[in-house]
Amino acid sequence: MSAGAAPLLEIRDLDVDFGGLKAVNGLNIEVREGEIVSVIGPNGAGKTTLFNAISAMVPVTGGDIRFEGSTLLGLDPNQVTARGIARTFQNVRLFTNMTILENVMVAQHCRTKRGAFGALFNTRAFRQEEDEIQARGEKALGFFGSRLVGFRLNQPASVLSYANRRRLEIARAMATQPKLLLLDEPVAGMNPVESAELTGLIGRLREEWGFAIVFIEHDMSVVRDVSDRVIVLNHGELLTEGDYADVSMDPRVIEAYLGQDTIIEDAIKS
Amino acid sequence: MTATETRPSALAEFAPPRRARDLDWRRLARLGATAAFVQMFVSLTAMPVRLDERPVIESLLSLGYLFIGVIPVIAGNRIGRQVKLEGVPIHRAGRYELLGGTLAGTLAGAGLSLLVILITHFDIREPLVNWSPQLRDLLSFNRGPVFGVLIWLGIGAVGGLVGGGLRLLPTRWRRTLLTMAFVVVLAAILEQLVVDLVSGVGLEPVAEWFYARRGGLTGAGAGVAAAIAGVASFFGRGRLKAARARINTLEGPARTKANAGLILLTAAVMIVVPLLVGSLTNELLANVGLFVLLALGLNIVVGLAGILDLGYVAFFAVGSYTAAVLTAATSPRINPELPWFVALIFVVVITGLVGLFIGAPVIRMRGDYLAIVTLGFGEIIRLLFLSDWLSGWFGGAQGITAIGGVEIFGITTIDGTNPRNIFYLVLVFCAIAIYVSWRLERSRLGRAWMAVREDETVAEAMGINTVNVKLLAFVVGAILGSFSGAIFANKVGSVFPSSFLILVSMVILVVVIFGGMGSIIGVIAGAALLIGVLGGPKQPGLLQEFSEFKLLIYGALLVWMMLARPEGLIPSARRSRELHQEEFLQDAWLRGQVEADEEAGDEPETAERS
Amino acid sequence: MIGKWAPRTGAPRTGVDRFLTVLRVFAVGLVLVGLAAFVAQEISTDNAFARWANPDATGLTGAQFRGLVISGIAQGAMYGLIALGYSMVYGVLGFINFAHGEVFMMGAMTGMITSNKLADAGLWESNFIGALALVMFGSILVSMFLAVVMERLAYRPLRGAPRLIPLITSIGVSFFIQNMSIVLFGPASKAYPAVPDWLRDKHTFLEIEGAKIMVIVAAAVSMAALWFLVERTKVGKAMRAVAEDSEIASLMGIDVNRTIVKVFAVGGAFAGMAGILWGILFRSVIHNTGFLPGIKAFSSAVVGGIGNLGGAMVGGLFIGIAESVGPLLVLEPLGVSGVSQLRDAVAFAMLIGVLLLRPSGIFGEKLRAEDRT
Ligand SMILES: Nc1ncnc2c1ncn2[C@@H]1O[C@H](COP(=O)(O)OP(=O)(O)O)[C@@H](O)[C@H]1O
Ligand SMILES: [Mg+2]
Repeated sequence: MSAGAAPLLEIRDLDVDFGGLKAVNGLNIEVREGEIVSVIGPNGAGKTTLFNAISAMVPVTGGDIRFEGSTLLGLDPNQVTARGIARTFQNVRLFTNMTILENVMVAQHCRTKRGAFGALFNTRAFRQEEDEIQARGEKALGFFGSRLVGFRLNQPASVLSYANRRRLEIARAMATQPKLLLLDEPVAGMNPVESAELTGLIGRLREEWGFAIVFIEHDMSVVRDVSDRVIVLNHGELLTEGDYADVSMDPRVIEAYLGQDTIIEDAIKS
Repeated sequence: MTATETRPSALAEFAPPRRARDLDWRRLARLGATAAFVQMFVSLTAMPVRLDERPVIESLLSLGYLFIGVIPVIAGNRIGRQVKLEGVPIHRAGRYELLGGTLAGTLAGAGLSLLVILITHFDIREPLVNWSPQLRDLLSFNRGPVFGVLIWLGIGAVGGLVGGGLRLLPTRWRRTLLTMAFVVVLAAILEQLVVDLVSGVGLEPVAEWFYARRGGLTGAGAGVAAAIAGVASFFGRGRLKAARARINTLEGPARTKANAGLILLTAAVMIVVPLLVGSLTNELLANVGLFVLLALGLNIVVGLAGILDLGYVAFFAVGSYTAAVLTAATSPRINPELPWFVALIFVVVITGLVGLFIGAPVIRMRGDYLAIVTLGFGEIIRLLFLSDWLSGWFGGAQGITAIGGVEIFGITTIDGTNPRNIFYLVLVFCAIAIYVSWRLERSRLGRAWMAVREDETVAEAMGINTVNVKLLAFVVGAILGSFSGAIFANKVGSVFPSSFLILVSMVILVVVIFGGMGSIIGVIAGAALLIGVLGGPKQPGLLQEFSEFKLLIYGALLVWMMLARPEGLIPSARRSRELHQEEFLQDAWLRGQVEADEEAGDEPETAERS
Repeated sequence: MIGKWAPRTGAPRTGVDRFLTVLRVFAVGLVLVGLAAFVAQEISTDNAFARWANPDATGLTGAQFRGLVISGIAQGAMYGLIALGYSMVYGVLGFINFAHGEVFMMGAMTGMITSNKLADAGLWESNFIGALALVMFGSILVSMFLAVVMERLAYRPLRGAPRLIPLITSIGVSFFIQNMSIVLFGPASKAYPAVPDWLRDKHTFLEIEGAKIMVIVAAAVSMAALWFLVERTKVGKAMRAVAEDSEIASLMGIDVNRTIVKVFAVGGAFAGMAGILWGILFRSVIHNTGFLPGIKAFSSAVVGGIGNLGGAMVGGLFIGIAESVGPLLVLEPLGVSGVSQLRDAVAFAMLIGVLLLRPSGIFGEKLRAEDRT
């Protein structure tokens, strides 16, 4: 790990309990600006719960989460997003009855401010802001190339294919203008071609948009290709962390996975 | 050719029977029994007796007989109801329709025959107040029970036959017939409005020729109305649709121009019509307008933000009382006698505050708890207005009376004595409410409401302060409702706690849901149809004979709407997607298939006829 | 959990939170001050606070107080019986069956009809106990039937619809049944026949009217029966399983639809029971008899913790007693006049207060897996 400025995200001794079950237990993690970190671990390891804790969607029982030097504890999810952390969900959760464009427009809520007054009197500032919102939304969609903008953007999101829903969800997260992007299994359920394509995009997200990215992934080839650093969770605890080569050779990691399934073997074969 | 061949063959085995002996007897028995039960129930509510006073066609048909007579027709028609399998209608009509229809209709009619027999032999007037000889006489056309028994079997059979037969007609003819019947009934229901309007433009003789003196269409009038409707439907079908489609495909400035034209036209009609009609009709229009205003307000809360507020009447009440206290000289404690428009500012501020006060504790509750708690708040507010404790302020059960009218810059005073002016006042506020709903829906705020309605958790995670935006919807809705209250106070000239029962909330909710949650046009249409025709909680509608039954009908309508068409009469596109989520995509594909069939020259419903 | 009424850490965050805190403090403070004023008033009606707030304070005698509490318990027992239906349905289907109050009303209505018929036949006087048993049987049967029909026709087609849809439907059902009662039975209030003296007179034991004793005993017996049904029988086990997770229950071979029908039937039976008790106690019934008791019973279910059957009963007693003594105990000493008019307002305020202070009820809710968030 390279030394440098203070970390963007700093998690200290984090505990999340669900009535006796320690889903996250004494976790310490740092994420630096512009870093791409992948989180791996068997099912039920607490990866999604870690994301939920960061985005204030589950109560934290102990420890601290600091973002750009100040704590996130006690904030509402919308305040966390406003601070610059956006996320996607493991089971894609779009606003399926809103249009594709509206999905990326609504995500800019916390970055914009015109309220009822502007809307009612159709003020110049209101119109200007609406145009900006739309332009920014289209830009986020445009990142995925013809995949998304090939569609008529005023169609409901429910017409999208599964892979496109995942893309739209990432675009929606990008539209909140975050500094840190949390992606929960972004390529799950995609076919190898789509998956490879999205892997490439993750790298570009950092280069072109400057995000730091933390993503949860089971597909080890994706992990290998894009991450600067890999964090391995098991039973809510940090098993190990380091670069891909170290981690994938670590006997504890292999054992943790073998106890569950054979993802690593698949990855090695491929 | 048959359309069947173009469909996936797997569907074919689900096709319903085609020969008489393949009739689904159990379904027939069930349907017939249900219809018979409905016949008996409707009769025992005394609906036919009351509606008998309302002729449709002079000395030929009354609304009462129509109401019970149409049930066998529906039963006969439903027996051959197309089976919708994954959205594809695969019904094929055949001769069995006639037999099935007749049998089902006869069964339905037998319900009334049975009722005639029962009334003749038993007396259970004790609990059932309408179990009376009058009902029996009505049912047997004053010709004795034996005639009554036979005639209903006959009417049932014929009705069922007609209902079943309708299925055998080509779609175009069927549509034409139905349109004709519909127009005749509509003309009879809208009698007051039509007569008033036609006389208003100086065509009294026409009105007199169409309508009989004692109500109802004249025979000739009915014939002409039906003929016009028939011709228009037969040859004009599709024109309207095409016109609408044309407008919908317009884009950019052309679209704006078309819209502006439509809006201007509507506004002109709204301004001219009250000038032509009498005060009774204007009163009706004003009542409808008040409910449109209330429904538009509730629509923001329920339709846009998805908050089920059952205590909406609270804001109507607060608006009324605030206006009353501030404008009436007789207000018990404080009576500044402000001009109405000045008082309106206070109405907005105070209702807004009350909205915040009620909204803040409830807004984080689970949706269904919120519904009951707002209902509780609605009752608490009324009980407070009613209580002795605050009677020094609000007059308790006596309320506040002798509220003056709305003075317009010294030019004229609008009060209940001149319903036309009241209507114009309401119209102005309706226009404001429509504008507000329309602008907000298409703004950053409207998008946030939509997101919250769809998935609150995700909306919150995407940076929307859900508490604030929901609270804002609640308050905006409250303020729109308070306008209606303020007008109401000055229209009626008095406010009593008994005008603000929870019932009012329920009626507004029915209007919004019937019209279509989230759809401005739908909500307006809903209010016009329900309040205009059936009437509001205390306001009479065009069918005054219905007033005893309107709440019963509202209840039934609400249930039926939720089961059959939850998106409402004129749904907002978005809502219907929401409610038919999983069917949506499938439908889009299947519709393509069906349309392909239709283009092949055959209506899918009657495909097998040939 | 309902919302996040308590911030996870530290000070309140938003304006709304701060306002709610003020509201909570104010509500609790108001009740405490009222109670203190009441106590002061009982010690001496001429204390400084009373002179200021409530000059013509009289205080309550012990007998008056006891009478209020007993009335509250009797009323609350009926709320509890009705609340069971709300709670069970919520536990199993996750929606508020708004029309449940109407099931209760129809029970009372049926009781009125049958008891009057029996009175006409002379049976009501000659063999009261037998006649009452018959009447109860009839009411319970009708209420059960109504609840089951309701489920079959209105709610079953809506399984899996967004949660507000069945609620709105049930509002429509409630509206329909109320107005059906008007058009079928007429809009006037209808009386029960006179009950024997031993039900009307106060008994030496605690000076309680017989009818109230009967109500309390009947509620206790019903509660015991329900407990037995739910905890000790196979049907009860199926109900609990479906309430826990209907999908898994159906995988285990439980017929979910039939179990739900049984839940409605049982809830309806208790509502019918409550209806007949209501009739005996108040001796009259009208089309909107079900509305307020229904809402209050729902409040009881929430106060006790929805889905929690014991909680529903306790919640009922709590609401019953609170609305009976609350106005005189808290509001009157604060100088509010005409407090008896505010009984219903007190009941609603209890609901709001409980949701504000302890949203999952006194004993905690028992919800389906998918409703726990
Ligand atoms: N809201 C919740 N309530 C109770 N238990 C939960 C909740 N969310 C997650 N858990 C439990 O926490 C553990 C970690 O889950 P999760 O973080 O989803 O794992 P994964 O690493 O597969 O994403 C699991 O045992 C899960 O059952
Ligand atoms: Mg996960």
